[in-house]
Amino acid sequence: MGRLFAVEIVYRGIFQKNLAKNISRAIVLAAHKEGKPGISFGRYGDSPERNGIPAKSFAIVATDDVTLEEGMAKYEPQEVDVTISVDDTLCKGVESWAWYGLQPINRLLKPGGTLIVTSLEGPERIIEMAHRKEHPYKLAIVKGTPSFSGLWVYKDDHTDARIMGAIAKVLPELFSIGSVQEAIREEDKKNGELKATSALRAFERTTTVTVAPAQGNNETPYAFKLPKWTEMREGIAIPAIARGHQMTDPETGAQGGFQPERNATFKKYLTRTMRPVVNFDTCIKCTLCWLACPDSCFDVTPDGFYDANMAACCGCGVCEAICPVEKCITMVNETAFTDNASQWEAWRKEKPAYESWLVATIANRPERSHGFRYRGQYEEQVPDVLKVAQQG
Amino acid sequence: MAEALVPPTKRDPAADKTSLITGSEAIAVACKLADVDVITAYPIRPYDTVMQYVAKLVSNGEMDCEYIVAEGEHSQFEIVKHASAVGARVFCGSSGVGWMYAMEALTVTPALRIPMVAMVGNRALDDPGAFGVEHNDALAVRDLGWQLVWVDNAQEALDTALIAYRVAEDRRVFLPCAISCDGAFLTHSQALVKIPSQAKVDAFLPRYNRGDLQLHPDNPISVAPQANEDWLMEIRRQTASGMERSPGVIRETYADFEKIFGRSYGNPFFEQYMTDDADVVLVGMGTLSTPVKVAIRQMRAEGKKVGFVRVRWFRPFAAKDLAETLGRFKAVGVIDRDFSLGSPYEGGILATEVRAALYPSANRPPLVGFIAGLGGREVTLPDVKKMSEMILRAAEGKPQPATTWIGLRE
Repeated sequence: MGRLFAVEIVYRGIFQKNLAKNISRAIVLAAHKEGKPGISFGRYGDSPERNGIPAKSFAIVATDDVTLEEGMAKYEPQEVDVTISVDDTLCKGVESWAWYGLQPINRLLKPGGTLIVTSLEGPERIIEMAHRKEHPYKLAIVKGTPSFSGLWVYKDDHTDARIMGAIAKVLPELFSIGSVQEAIREEDKKNGELKATSALRAFERTTTVTVAPAQGNNETPYAFKLPKWTEMREGIAIPAIARGHQMTDPETGAQGGFQPERNATFKKYLTRTMRPVVNFDTCIKCTLCWLACPDSCFDVTPDGFYDANMAACCGCGVCEAICPVEKCITMVNETAFTDNASQWEAWRKEKPAYESWLVATIANRPERSHGFRYRGQYEEQVPDVLKVAQQG
Repeated sequence: MAEALVPPTKRDPAADKTSLITGSEAIAVACKLADVDVITAYPIRPYDTVMQYVAKLVSNGEMDCEYIVAEGEHSQFEIVKHASAVGARVFCGSSGVGWMYAMEALTVTPALRIPMVAMVGNRALDDPGAFGVEHNDALAVRDLGWQLVWVDNAQEALDTALIAYRVAEDRRVFLPCAISCDGAFLTHSQALVKIPSQAKVDAFLPRYNRGDLQLHPDNPISVAPQANEDWLMEIRRQTASGMERSPGVIRETYADFEKIFGRSYGNPFFEQYMTDDADVVLVGMGTLSTPVKVAIRQMRAEGKKVGFVRVRWFRPFAAKDLAETLGRFKAVGVIDRDFSLGSPYEGGILATEVRAALYPSANRPPLVGFIAGLGGREVTLPDVKKMSEMILRAAEGKPQPATTWIGLRE
């Protein structure tokens, strides 16, 4: 048997579907230049293709057809040589299908495999977000914001070409940078030469750091057991989520407000690329965020504030848009957070500390993650990304 | 002394009466006796006769139910599906392409364990727009978890409707049941039918109890959330287990029916006619039983030992029982009032199922398939005799074609 290569591309549904597909296709085409057969496929479904929901594409390549068939006999590869995350917030984990629980971003990586992430963050922050792994793996960062390249009217920012250059660097056995460039030129007659240059620049610049087993997020990813058919209620009937209960003030012990019960098994921690940060000192308790939130994520506190619950927030930004008080609610990129704790509780416990945390967090507010603040923002950013791609 | 004929609905609740009614009217009377809560309707011949009779019962104040005329069959079946989910006993029905238009609703009903009872006034599928009987409409759901039963007279239609409610609503089953009534031959033919007293029906048919699957504010549940491959096989297996338990419940129910109503149907799954000493048998479903039985009697006079097996329950299919019975004969002929183009040996659906049922059997007589009576074409006595002659020849070891179209101009 020959050698089998597997690469997964983890992306956010809808926004990055074509980007992920373009990468997995490009992998197969570049490998084909070296006589290696391969296939490119995605897991489709309803939920994974909704806005922002994590999803995956795969490329399987082998040194010969028989070996390729061994790889194709499984729907999803059980282990991969390279994991590509085209949105750095996905490094916190992947929950693409509700009942799978949380999959660490590096779960499928073989020992010594490489995680390639597009990010403006440095390796320290990425390592901190990803779960610990029992064996060492490598991390490479391709500088950039989450790309929408390939989506409908959005312009090409060469993210796919740059990822290809990075793969050629970290896994030269799969294909050379020459093959990558040749395949790019063939696929894109118009801009192929420029894209091939972007691939080469990424190849030249890509470096890796080794992540040791002791590094990374220490939490055990939440998981659960799927019931047997005899244990399930018949008729596709599932018990409703209970109504909810009062909240307790961590300082005074006062009871009041209302916290709805939420789905015990499907959390929205990872469907989110940004989250609201609330300034409780300027909040006028107008209720608009609570009313407008499509996911009912706001808990009503005993003192009448609205606390965005991170188990339920999907990061849409409607609250920020509807809040009538300037800078009372600010959406901040998920990479800025290490936990899902209640902001209101932190504020109740220690107001000065909360205020300085708030100021610092909002000051580092990214220009965007997946939420755009105005129409046409993405198009404006493409030239900058292309500049990074060509120069570095 | 002959019993006095009275209209089917003006009755003393304690006494049985005899009425001259059609198969469709018999089903409508069964709905009244079963105290059905929600009925939806959309006209298509020949099923529409049932909705007319039910409408009359409701407007005469003889029946208390929600009677909803939908804007099409898809809505018609969706409405009763939801009504059943909140705990209502429901009735619905259609014919031919109307049944097919409801297909999406028919598909989702078994998995949700909705014990809907429906009447299919069997009708040829369009095109062409023929009105007469063909069984392809009801048979289109044969793989989906619907219980399917065929009847051949108005009395059996009434009795089977009551039986269908009890079987479908048994918590061990909780699957929908469609009663097939041949268009015209049964839906539009009046016959003398014994209408049981309400007291007997009440003793036979308990209230529908949906238990923990009932949509109700006191039992907050979500029904039919989107689920992926992690769940689907378990859900299908659950539905299958309901169908697996159905034969036992059917047997139990027919036994109770006999005790309470004093009428016996023998083996619930299929009727046997002059099979005790038969050399060969014909197998079929529905009202073609009449010409078949008459022709058999005539052939008996000529010393030809032909019998008849009329299949009632097509789903669940009594494969083992039927194989044991059919294994006794020297040849078997299956008459299909349906077609299954491109199927094994170009046969009909029933012939293919019977052949599959016989496969594990030690005694596998030659099986000869016939396609007959499509679109309501009459199956005549000479037709039956022709088919019988062919299976008699097969019994003598003379091979016959696997499938022959009968009564065709050629």
